[in-house]
Amino acid sequence: MNKVSLAIRELHRSENDLATELLRTADRHKVDHEIFHVARDIAGWSQQHVRELARVGHDYDLDLDDEPQGVHEVLAEVRRKGSEMLGRRHAPSVLLLRDLRTVHRMAAGVSLDWEILAQTAQALSDRELLALSERCHPQTLRQLRWANAKLKEIAAQTVVTD
Amino acid sequence: MFLPTPGTAGDMTTVDRIADPWGSRTPYGPGQRWPTRVDTYLADGLTEDDVDRWVQSATILHSNGDGLDIAVKDGRMVGVRGRAVDRVNHGRLDPKDLFGWQANHSEDRLTAPLIRRDGKLVETDWDTAMDAVAGRTKELLDERGPSSVGFYTTGQLFLEEYYTLALIGHGGIGTNHMDGNTRLCTATAAAALKQSFGCDGQPGSYTDIDHADVIALYGHNMAETQTVTWTRILDRLAGPNPPAVICVDPRWTPVARAATVHLAPRPGTNVVLMNGLLHEILRRGWIDEKYIEDHTVGFDELRSRLADYPLEKAAEICDVPIEDLREAARLLGTAERLLSTVLQGFYQSHQATAAAVQVNNIHLVRGMLGRPGCGVLQMNGQPTAQNTRECGADGDLPAFRNWANESHVEDLARVWNIDPMRIPHYTAPTHLMQMMRYVEDGSIRFLYVSGTNPAVSLPELRRVREILTQDRLFLGVQDIFLSETAQLADVVLPAATWGEKTGTFTNTDRTVHLSEKAVEPPGQARPDLDIFVDYARRLDLRDKDGEPLVKWSTPEDAFEAWKECTAGRPCDYTGITYEKLRGGSGIQWPCNADAPDGTERLYENGKFWAAPDYCENYGRDMVTGAPVEPTEYRALNPFGKAIIKAGEYLPPHETVSDEYPYLLTTGRTLYHFHTRTKTGRAPQLQRAAPEVWVEMSASDAERHGWSEGDLLRIDTPRGHVTARLRISGIRTGVLFLPFHYGYWDTPAGHEPALEGRAANELTFTDWDPASKQPLFKSGAARVERVAVADDGPSAAPTTTASAPVSGSVPATSGGPDAEITETLDGGGPR
Repeated sequence: MNKVSLAIRELHRSENDLATELLRTADRHKVDHEIFHVARDIAGWSQQHVRELARVGHDYDLDLDDEPQGVHEVLAEVRRKGSEMLGRRHAPSVLLLRDLRTVHRMAAGVSLDWEILAQTAQALSDRELLALSERCHPQTLRQLRWANAKLKEIAAQTVVTD
Repeated sequence: MFLPTPGTAGDMTTVDRIADPWGSRTPYGPGQRWPTRVDTYLADGLTEDDVDRWVQSATILHSNGDGLDIAVKDGRMVGVRGRAVDRVNHGRLDPKDLFGWQANHSEDRLTAPLIRRDGKLVETDWDTAMDAVAGRTKELLDERGPSSVGFYTTGQLFLEEYYTLALIGHGGIGTNHMDGNTRLCTATAAAALKQSFGCDGQPGSYTDIDHADVIALYGHNMAETQTVTWTRILDRLAGPNPPAVICVDPRWTPVARAATVHLAPRPGTNVVLMNGLLHEILRRGWIDEKYIEDHTVGFDELRSRLADYPLEKAAEICDVPIEDLREAARLLGTAERLLSTVLQGFYQSHQATAAAVQVNNIHLVRGMLGRPGCGVLQMNGQPTAQNTRECGADGDLPAFRNWANESHVEDLARVWNIDPMRIPHYTAPTHLMQMMRYVEDGSIRFLYVSGTNPAVSLPELRRVREILTQDRLFLGVQDIFLSETAQLADVVLPAATWGEKTGTFTNTDRTVHLSEKAVEPPGQARPDLDIFVDYARRLDLRDKDGEPLVKWSTPEDAFEAWKECTAGRPCDYTGITYEKLRGGSGIQWPCNADAPDGTERLYENGKFWAAPDYCENYGRDMVTGAPVEPTEYRALNPFGKAIIKAGEYLPPHETVSDEYPYLLTTGRTLYHFHTRTKTGRAPQLQRAAPEVWVEMSASDAERHGWSEGDLLRIDTPRGHVTARLRISGIRTGVLFLPFHYGYWDTPAGHEPALEGRAANELTFTDWDPASKQPLFKSGAARVERVAVADDGPSAAPTTTASAPVSGSVPATSGGPDAEITETLDGGGPR
């Protein structure tokens, strides 16, 4: 397997992981409605990236699953119920900070993976790969900024009050 | 220069304005002055000769801002008359204003403070009540800090009151938690203006109607929400060279009936509709390339985004005939003077900000701003919503200062004579829905609600009631009636209302009006300003020199302080005084030394308030809601041009299924305002729309075998409502419920006894991430029949969007006590 294939495969994995983490974050914080809805919306971006990477992967003899891995529906429901049961308590907002931190870290990793792919595509003059990166990477950066912004928005309320 | 009108000068006619909400036509042509028609209603058969005095004011039951005079006899209000000299209405009044003032005299006005003792609200004195409110605030500040204190105000107080509240909250207590119920009605208007122009401020003017050759109304049933301005359009349509009208609405509204093109998209698809229209406008080259080049940034991104939205795709996703879309695009693309208005059909729908911004984009790519007839009106819902926004009582800092710009915060601290660190600005002021979440999780323990009724107006009412009834929450409510929310309070403060206090307020097109005190408030009720000032004194809030933080106690002094706060900012009031507002017309801000008579239109010659150092806001990502960072904005828009922002479509968060096969949308009717606290107490208005109904299309009703007046039960995962069926011209597959009907006039008081009737029992909690406006026109429902109609049709009005399309339904009328006088005098002020 050449190194481009490795980069695509790595990105396919990291986007899948990011989508899953976003979906889990959504479920764990279902009572925080904006977190719930936006995290699911932007998980959709990563899932779309997974599909596109699988398609491009064919050109590099990769057989990547074009179906995003998703989350286990029963576990998701358990997480949502848990969120609702704890909805009257302030303490779980610390867990939200932790989850946003995780999303941010993972999105930063995905962003770097896209940088690697874009640089590689340019060196190889692979227009399709470059176009893919130019299409997807901005969405990764928006996921990154979202995690950062939400964290800034809620940090004070989480930490200052008990 | 004036056209002949149906009546000759001075002609008086009597009109039942419940049966005919818009009154007589006074046709006029493009560029001409809208003729004057003075509407007068006096109760009890009184004539103008019986009136002791007329007191100047403006209308308070919608955002139109019509000038009126209140008739006073023997110390009581006895009627109203439109002000002929006012630029907004030229004498006309909305039925809500003709009759709504009677609510002031209701027997059930709050006349004494109430406090909860042993679980029950009992009368008390002002000292006890205010000590309880201020005392609990102080306790929490000591124990848990300012983040445990929140304020939720309204769109119906006066400018002076909002500014005082903003100073108390942001500058005195130092909490970031302050918002208005304007969040529900106008947050997206403000957000869309900030996204496109870097700053709030209505670009257009109502006078654009006098010049426009195409008028597009997006999700804006103006005929019911701003009836007087709709009358202006009707008069253009009845005159020579009338404008073409485009209506975007899933209901068969009066606007749709008058429209040249009516687009009824599937709810939740507004962004696709707008992108499709823009795609066609660009494809046909109907753009002003020089304007785009000179005055905007972001066009290339829009063009590449629109590549994904050909008209065919929009027609399919929105389920709108492509010929209609093409015709709408042609009208928009070839208009010489295009006026656009936007309201709740966009603002309370999925992807609110992204859709509203595309309306701005049409004007930007066509270079149609800042000239007569070329305007955008991102509308407001409530009468004083504009002031909540300006004064910093709704999630912004006062006078459109930018919370993310350190120098703006320092400047505000200078005006308030406090340390800048006292003004929370580490993040945007907390929006209402987030505040409710903080109340839910117990981190906010004190909520001071003034002039609004969240127990009926917020989505998912069961949740809202659960949040507001927690023992650990101290709920203070300041209102004029024992609303559903007030019934849940720990302390209720009785307020004076419009006509019983003095102050100013500003309408949708930036027109500032003075509203003078006409009569004494009932019992011990006090003006909201007095209550806020009292609260500040009891908290002993001080500036950095140890002087009282709130340095005024009268409305006029508060207004003068506000002027100082606005100096040099976009909403500059420095050229306005109470004296200048007396006697004549309202005045549009900015009004200062450079523009002593006010400013009709913003953004003439493509000059915007978007410079990085001056703008109110750097914008947000319209999908994630993440604020644009200052450095990013500076790089994007160093020269302060207008910002063209593309919008991508996302599927709605809740959509139809086998279990819930209908899309549910909620809204309003012409005869009521908000939760009916006033209009439900005005007999003519209440009779016109006495109870809740549900609308369904004829084909859906036929499929079920249901008839007009059948009792239906509407269910969502949040709750259920029962309502009688009105078969209307609504889009097939969509249900509509008016949101006005709560429980104050039912035995259970603040909640459903058995059957729900508040539309918000059904709505789900979701909001636009950029504007934070909750979605009330989204979600799926199922419906079943509970009983066959046994006593005739539903009580929905026949004059409005709820007009029946089948069966025999008697026409809505008001009878003798709804007859008012219209005086036509051919155009000149009286």
